[in-house]
Amino acid sequence: MSANPFETVKETVDLSPEVADEVKNTTCYMCACRCGIRVHLKDGKVRYIEGNPDHPVNGGVLCGKGSAGIMQQYSPAKLKKPLLRVGERGEGKFKEIEWDEALALASEWLGEVRERDPGKLAFFTGRDQSQSFTGWWATQYGAHNFAAHGGFCSVNMAAGGLYTLGGAFWEFGEPDWDLTKYFMMFGVAEDHDSNPIKIGLGKLKTREDAKFVAVNPSRKGYNAIADEWVGIRPGTDGLFIFSIIHELLRAEKIDFASLARYSNAPWLVVDEPGAPDHGLFLRDAKGNPYVYDLVKKKAVNAMAAEITPAFAGARKVKKRNVVPSFQHLAKRYLCDEFSPEAVAETTGVPAKDIRRIAAEIAHVAFEEEIVIEQSWTDAWGRKHDKMIGRPVSFHAMRGISAHSNGFHTCRALHILQALLGSVDVPGGWRYKAPFPKPIPPGVRPAGSTKPSAPLAGPPLGFITGPDDLLVDAKGEPQRIDKAYSWEHPLSLHGMMHMVLHNAVNADPYSVDVLFMYMANMAWNSSMNVPGTLNYFTAKNEDGAYKIPKIIYSDAFWSETVPYCDLILPDATYMERWDCISMLDRPISSAHGAGDSIRQPILKPEGDVRPFQDVLLDLGARMGLPGMTKPDGEAQYPGGYSDYMANHERGAGSGIGPLAGWRGKDGDQHGRGEPNPNQIEKYIENGCFWTQSLDDEQLYFKPFNRSYLDFATEQGWIGHADPIIFQLYNEDLQKFRLAAEGHGDRQPPKRNRERIKTYFDPLPIWYMPFEEAEIDREQYPLHALSQRPMHMYHSWGSQNAWLRQITSANKLHIHAETAGELGIADEDWVWIESRHGRVKGQVKLITGVNPQTVWTWNAIGKRKGSWGLDKDAPESNQGFLLNHIISEVLAPNKSGDTFSNSDPVTGQAAWFDLRVRLHKCAPEEFGFTEPMFEAFEHIPAADRPVSRYGAELKGEPSGEGVAERTWIGNRHENSANIKGLRDGKGNRIKGRKS
Amino acid sequence: MHPAKSVIFFTTTTGAGYGLLFWLAVLAYRGLVGPDFMFGLIAFGIAFALVVAGLLSSTLHLGHPERAWRALSQWRSSWLSREGLLAVLTFIPTGLFALAWVFLGSVSGPIIWLGLLGAVMSLATVYTTSMIYGSLKSIPAWSIGWTSPGYLVLSLMSGAVLACMLVVLGGYWQAAGWLMLPTLFFLAFGLVIKLSYWSNIDRPNEHTAETATGLGEFGKVRMIESPHDQPNYLLKEMGFAIARKHSKKLRRIAVICAFILPFALVVGGWLIPEMAQYFLPVAALVCGLGLVVERWLFFAEAKHVVTLYYDR
Amino acid sequence: MTSLPKKPSTKKLGLVIDLDICVGCHACAVNCKEWNTSGKMAPLTDLEPYGAKPDGVWFNRIHTFEAISDAGISRTVHFPKSCLHCDDAPCVTVCPTGASYKREDDGIVLVNTDICIGCKLCSWACPYGAREYDEDEGVMKKCTLCVDKIYNENLPVESRVPACVSTCPTGARSFGDLGDPKSEVSKLVAAREGYALMPEQGTNPVNRYLPPRPKQVGGGEANAPRMLAHQDDSDDGAGLLASWVDKVLSS
Ligand SMILES: Nc1nc2c(c(=O)[nH]1)N[C@H]1C(S)=C(S)[C@@H](COP(=O)(O)OP(=O)(O)OC[C@H]3O[C@@H](n4cnc5c(=O)[nH]c(N)nc54)[C@H](O)[C@@H]3O)O[C@H]1N2
Ligand SMILES: Nc1nc2c(c(=O)[nH]1)N[C@H]1C(S)=C(S)[C@@H](COP(=O)(O)OP(=O)(O)OC[C@H]3O[C@@H](n4cnc5c(=O)[nH]c(N)nc54)[C@H](O)[C@@H]3O)O[C@H]1N2
Ligand code: SF4
Ligand code: SF4
Ligand code: SF4
Ligand code: SF4
Ligand code: SF4
Ligand SMILES: [Mo]
Repeated sequence: MSANPFETVKETVDLSPEVADEVKNTTCYMCACRCGIRVHLKDGKVRYIEGNPDHPVNGGVLCGKGSAGIMQQYSPAKLKKPLLRVGERGEGKFKEIEWDEALALASEWLGEVRERDPGKLAFFTGRDQSQSFTGWWATQYGAHNFAAHGGFCSVNMAAGGLYTLGGAFWEFGEPDWDLTKYFMMFGVAEDHDSNPIKIGLGKLKTREDAKFVAVNPSRKGYNAIADEWVGIRPGTDGLFIFSIIHELLRAEKIDFASLARYSNAPWLVVDEPGAPDHGLFLRDAKGNPYVYDLVKKKAVNAMAAEITPAFAGARKVKKRNVVPSFQHLAKRYLCDEFSPEAVAETTGVPAKDIRRIAAEIAHVAFEEEIVIEQSWTDAWGRKHDKMIGRPVSFHAMRGISAHSNGFHTCRALHILQALLGSVDVPGGWRYKAPFPKPIPPGVRPAGSTKPSAPLAGPPLGFITGPDDLLVDAKGEPQRIDKAYSWEHPLSLHGMMHMVLHNAVNADPYSVDVLFMYMANMAWNSSMNVPGTLNYFTAKNEDGAYKIPKIIYSDAFWSETVPYCDLILPDATYMERWDCISMLDRPISSAHGAGDSIRQPILKPEGDVRPFQDVLLDLGARMGLPGMTKPDGEAQYPGGYSDYMANHERGAGSGIGPLAGWRGKDGDQHGRGEPNPNQIEKYIENGCFWTQSLDDEQLYFKPFNRSYLDFATEQGWIGHADPIIFQLYNEDLQKFRLAAEGHGDRQPPKRNRERIKTYFDPLPIWYMPFEEAEIDREQYPLHALSQRPMHMYHSWGSQNAWLRQITSANKLHIHAETAGELGIADEDWVWIESRHGRVKGQVKLITGVNPQTVWTWNAIGKRKGSWGLDKDAPESNQGFLLNHIISEVLAPNKSGDTFSNSDPVTGQAAWFDLRVRLHKCAPEEFGFTEPMFEAFEHIPAADRPVSRYGAELKGEPSGEGVAERTWIGNRHENSANIKGLRDGKGNRIKGRKS
Repeated sequence: MHPAKSVIFFTTTTGAGYGLLFWLAVLAYRGLVGPDFMFGLIAFGIAFALVVAGLLSSTLHLGHPERAWRALSQWRSSWLSREGLLAVLTFIPTGLFALAWVFLGSVSGPIIWLGLLGAVMSLATVYTTSMIYGSLKSIPAWSIGWTSPGYLVLSLMSGAVLACMLVVLGGYWQAAGWLMLPTLFFLAFGLVIKLSYWSNIDRPNEHTAETATGLGEFGKVRMIESPHDQPNYLLKEMGFAIARKHSKKLRRIAVICAFILPFALVVGGWLIPEMAQYFLPVAALVCGLGLVVERWLFFAEAKHVVTLYYDR
Repeated sequence: MTSLPKKPSTKKLGLVIDLDICVGCHACAVNCKEWNTSGKMAPLTDLEPYGAKPDGVWFNRIHTFEAISDAGISRTVHFPKSCLHCDDAPCVTVCPTGASYKREDDGIVLVNTDICIGCKLCSWACPYGAREYDEDEGVMKKCTLCVDKIYNENLPVESRVPACVSTCPTGARSFGDLGDPKSEVSKLVAAREGYALMPEQGTNPVNRYLPPRPKQVGGGEANAPRMLAHQDDSDDGAGLLASWVDKVLSS
């Protein structure tokens, strides 16, 4: 550069700087979506993270969270050393200890309980992705008090789907994005399948022939781009769906052909009120149900290949009065009670719109069929020369499931799909392997425990009637969370949200050790935060904590860490092995199965250990079966990656955590002997494995011969029988019969009415509990939370980039509603529920149901947590609705208190919250309340500036090894290709859907 | 716009300094003040102090003051560059003129031409300063045509008030008598210009959130979620918003201090010459204060179109 | 080049953003920051990263707007905004040092941070808020259109698109040569009537926005082209049920 002041300096831009020394593939874990990532490493630091274009989940895209992975890795809140509490719980005073001491202590605490009474351990895990592993560990330990976070998450959806179609939404199914013409999305802000949904919506929106309807009280995010937004009133989707069904029935726009073959709609139900089999299917000696064949004019085995079933009509078969189950269904929903006019006011959706939407659905389903010229054979061996699809599809998540009436609503939506014949058809909603499963899947939860012995089976499973409940002789719950008891019989995922409450109240009993993993139970994942904090710190008269010992594994200084006694610091997702398994929450798509791994790509920072390794270590120390060899040596000395490659579900089953490259030579998939080089194969392939279904297996999976055989062979299902949609659910009726006094297992008195009411074999709608209990005029508004797309629960706030986007949540309210209440934009208000009050700032909008207010979930943080400064907006302006949601309902007339959850599944009813708003006094503006005391400050928070990347600019220092071959990159290495690609958005060629 | 101290200081002091340089040359040309050593030293001292302090303050507030010299290179397109260049060039005639006045004791012959050239270049420099702002279409308040007249007139006005004060204090009664007229004229003219400026910027302009986003066809546009919850650079720099109430009050203060009071004081000095030596320093002081308020408003009231994206 | 290129390039690289698809996920904004914090303009400094007023350099930002018609019909639009690489870029012409310039080859507007004096004038001149002052370094920074990525021969071809484009999960962002009427992006703009922001500013942006498409808004008969014909209108559907008793409903 010359110093001539008049010279115009021309910059030479380095267009091809060296990006990285090395690029490594792994799986993102900024959320549970499981996207494949390529991490560019330069001088040993992360230079850039991009989506892996080959990956079946994200095909090269990355969301905001995933893109901020660098800042998670360098978060000041990272735990660096095992901690042992020295102060009181909640103060945050710890001393650092060595791993030897930590592990010795943990195995002593856990081992002692196991020898005495393994039921006194409560082992609950949160947002981890290794539940098949942690569940297996719990089984070996003998801990029936095991569950993951699903109970407070979306078990209504899981149960609703699994008990109806053998598969549910979540990330376990997907709309046929390429072919669907009418897509309805209920109550979704982001969901687990976050990138696949976005990719799918992008596709849908660029097609001219598709319509996207969003049903959601809020119009943010996905809902904003919908072609039609239905701003429904919370908790009323059931009515809306019934009304659509009502319209379809009235117009006979029902796919009877498909119902006749693939559903229990024509199955005959005993109609003998008062009898012990009333409402159950009439079955032959082998257990086969009957249908009434109109041609043969008699009742025949419903499972027979050629039948012409009746859908209505009372008949007498085997001396019993029977009707096809469809008659019950039709009778219920044809009723005027569910006409569009009748539900319009409650749902807030005008009758005209309901009628039109029903008509549009019917039109697309029945007039715009899709035909794929592909033959297939059904489970009965009948050959079909084409695949005919009704291109209407649905997706739904917590908006309909996180209500106390959610189970029935979720079931209703699954039933609607079956009525339309749009399940797993071209253009419809499709299962992802290993789904569909038998309805319900065959695993039963294992209950009672014996000292020093493993459980008889896995602690979580599916139940089909009172006999499967985990209750004692008096009918009282066996589990600490009361899951699988008469209180919430179908609580498939356990009820983590009740553990602290129950343990402290010794209801049903107390525990000795609470062991938690990756769940922020002292903050955003608990209902009633102030109460929960008291549970953590509650003491007996003798001054000992009511929950004597709490062990917790977290990776960060969360709100929960200070409330625990022994902290086992976990490695971050870039520092550890992980396994996203077919036994768990795999990466399959409708096109085929898939699983993946995470490989450590950075040296762990600090003295941390991957929790899975720690569990295996603890298992070996305690001598747990499966984790110890006969000689007492550790079974998996290589830690979790050793387990991933070598563990088998059942000795010799050939099924293990990873399905790809099994067998000694790595040439088997799905089943096969463990392969010592399996992990290397995964790494070579970009850390994932996929397997495509044959064209003839792609649709109609529940009753597709070829698919069913293949799925059985792969071990996804136990047998290849067709999976028949259970519109009418007999298992539910069994509970009801018990409540009516039949059978030898009957509910305790306090549960009878609940069971009778809520175990209806066909979906019902009732007002959500909180709404029904309170004075609705007093608390006129629904209060909801939504996930911001760029934040994952509590993890995001420690992230220097993400918190710049959102650091203080506001309460969004309809401008008109605000006007009526005299509330102006940016005012501060008290948000009062019957349970308590919290203060926040309002934002006036119009894209929200007028009777609803909403805020972003989990943005509010406690002072002193997450490595944030005490002045951080997260803890001064951000607030949680959790503070004012009660975990229990008000006592009923008999004085019984139930969990604030769905009565069938135990799903936490987060979205039942009702509030009133009350403008703050001027001096109350500007800061949130309640504001809990600050924790001990962690010093790392005082970084005035971050200049991340400054030193990564330009030439590499040469310290890293320049590696030009892209691990797992199947595209041609293009270093020699010149020029620029002129492309359309992210639609990279060769992208899989 | 964020009313940064450095720019307020820079524009007011250089304006006054250049104005003073202008009037000194004119007075010399008219033969109303001679090459008096002390007067020259003090008058030019003040003028250059104002100019240099202003320029220095703006330079030192750069992100990289040590690279300031690079700002000379783009005079073909950039008003800021032109301003820098002219500011430097203007030092040549004005400096030589001042040296001649103070040290040679001469303002005659070619020297007066140097002085006049300096006067013109001073005004030109003020014009370039004004165009830094006046050329920014992104700030409608500045680009609608009143900015340059305002800067020029206010510079001549503040320079005149200062010059008046100096000649009165220096005992140049004849000069004072002559200068008071243009001083009063520019005080009045300045007020007119400023009032027109304000009435102009109070009118709605063609930029709205609807044009900014292009979403006008769907109706009235409002931001409901900001890209960042906390203020970002754009909001800190460009998002300054002043309440109408305050701006009204401040405008009143500016009008009184910058124009009316000085006007009254100059008139007073004219009517009661024996009080002029007291009135005029006060006039200069309040005028200066008033101009600082005026300049603060010039920035604070100017709305950058980017704020339309931020619902401000 | 002091002024804008005398001979404007025929190649005008830029972005096309589809407001009909953008879900406001911020992925493009964060990925942009991630790429660029170690890129040409490195670093994208953050101030008070864990403090009370976190603030930092971003080249791309997502706003959310509501548009409300006189009839009270409103819609929500997510709106990403980064540098539009204007043809008549005022940020370039105001720059006193030549640090701000428009590339002759492809029209990308860049800042040479080695000579920028940090006068901030360009950020005042840009109507769109696309320039980012790095307080810590005292220089101006901005969207580079990922100039060190799109031509980068060390990257595989499919990665040679701007970070915000390759990461956008919905595919709402496209990148290409808007100077070439035959390019994919130009065709897209033509087909969807893409528009420029604040044309009245005379900046001639290269980037284009695709307007959100019309929506079905509830109510009115006009919006109910289809209604299902009921086969029975009794209160409880008894007639229908009766008709189904011996009707063969499967085919
Ligand atoms: N009001 C309201 N509350 C809700 C909800 C709602 O909709 N509204 N949603 C509920 C739902 S569905 C859920 S799933 C829960 C989620 O709630 P949680 O499961 O509690 O989720 P997070 O807040 O993400 O907390 C997980 C913990 O894991 C830690 N962690 C992060 N990464 C790692 C790691 O790599 N290793 C380890 N060991 N720990 C790690 C974090 O630091 C954090 O402390 O929230 C529930 N709470
Ligand atoms: N970015 C990000 N992604 C995440 C998470 C995260 O924290 N951040 N968390 C993950 C987890 S654990 C989960 S469980 C999933 C949850 O994924 P979602 O189910 O998408 O999550 P929520 O944010 O709870 O969204 C609930 C939505 O339902 C709407 N809603 C509430 N009540 C009703 C109702 O009665 N009817 C209808 N129709 N809608 C209603 C709300 O307005 C909201 O839009 O997301 C996962 N993905
Ligand atoms: S959705 Fe985002 S955070 Fe979640 S795994 Fe994918 S890229 Fe990572
Ligand atoms: S990444 Fe795409 S969808 Fe997300 S905010 Fe950016 S443009 Fe919109
Ligand atoms: S958008 Fe702003 S920064 Fe970008 S070229 Fe145009 S004026 Fe310059
Ligand atoms: S801040 Fe830098 S790039 Fe901007 S105008 Fe000034 S010198 Fe030019
Ligand atoms: S083109 Fe590159 S620099 Fe510009 S906004 Fe996109 S990612 Fe950021
Ligand atoms: Mo969840």
